[in-house]
Amino acid sequence: MILGKVVGSIVSTIKHKSYQNKKIMLVRPMNPDGSLRSGTVVAVDTVGAGPGNVVLVASEGRSAQEILGFEKRQPLRSVIVGIVDYIETQSK
Amino acid sequence: MKLGRITGKVWATIKDPKLNSTTLYLMQPVDEEGKHLGPELIAVDTVSSREGDLVYWVGGAEATMPFEGVQIPSDATIVGLVDHLDVRGGGT
Repeated sequence: MILGKVVGSIVSTIKHKSYQNKKIMLVRPMNPDGSLRSGTVVAVDTVGAGPGNVVLVASEGRSAQEILGFEKRQPLRSVIVGIVDYIETQSK
Repeated sequence: MKLGRITGKVWATIKDPKLNSTTLYLMQPVDEEGKHLGPELIAVDTVSSREGDLVYWVGGAEATMPFEGVQIPSDATIVGLVDHLDVRGGGT
């Protein structure tokens, strides 16, 4: 999983059927100190995250299949699986 | 998943039979501000996109799974067309 910050969402009409009725968010990867990294991740929201939220994004293995309940694997990889309340870190 | 801008089209007469009747596009990965991220890729289209479109795409194992019952030899597959991006709550 990676840490990220929700920076917006995508409005999309034409999409693969596995994305139907899903909220598709834009997430910038984030360091634990709050600084944003480059790159934008497109992730399907499953927890009701909104812009400004710090979130956990899972993109590995069968996370998406398990969480979204697909019977077969689908071309969908990144899923927001949690909203972070607080991070305790000793790194600077 | 990531964002990308379709920059061109690729024709290949001789290719793996599983890629027959697919459209191959040249795609530039971008972030939500349109900034280029890395080199251009060849992507398989599943949503009837066109040159110039902003799309989102999936990589990794999931890129092989857009069609039922067959895995295609693709490592970037376009899975949605962006109507527009709603960007807010971000910033560095």
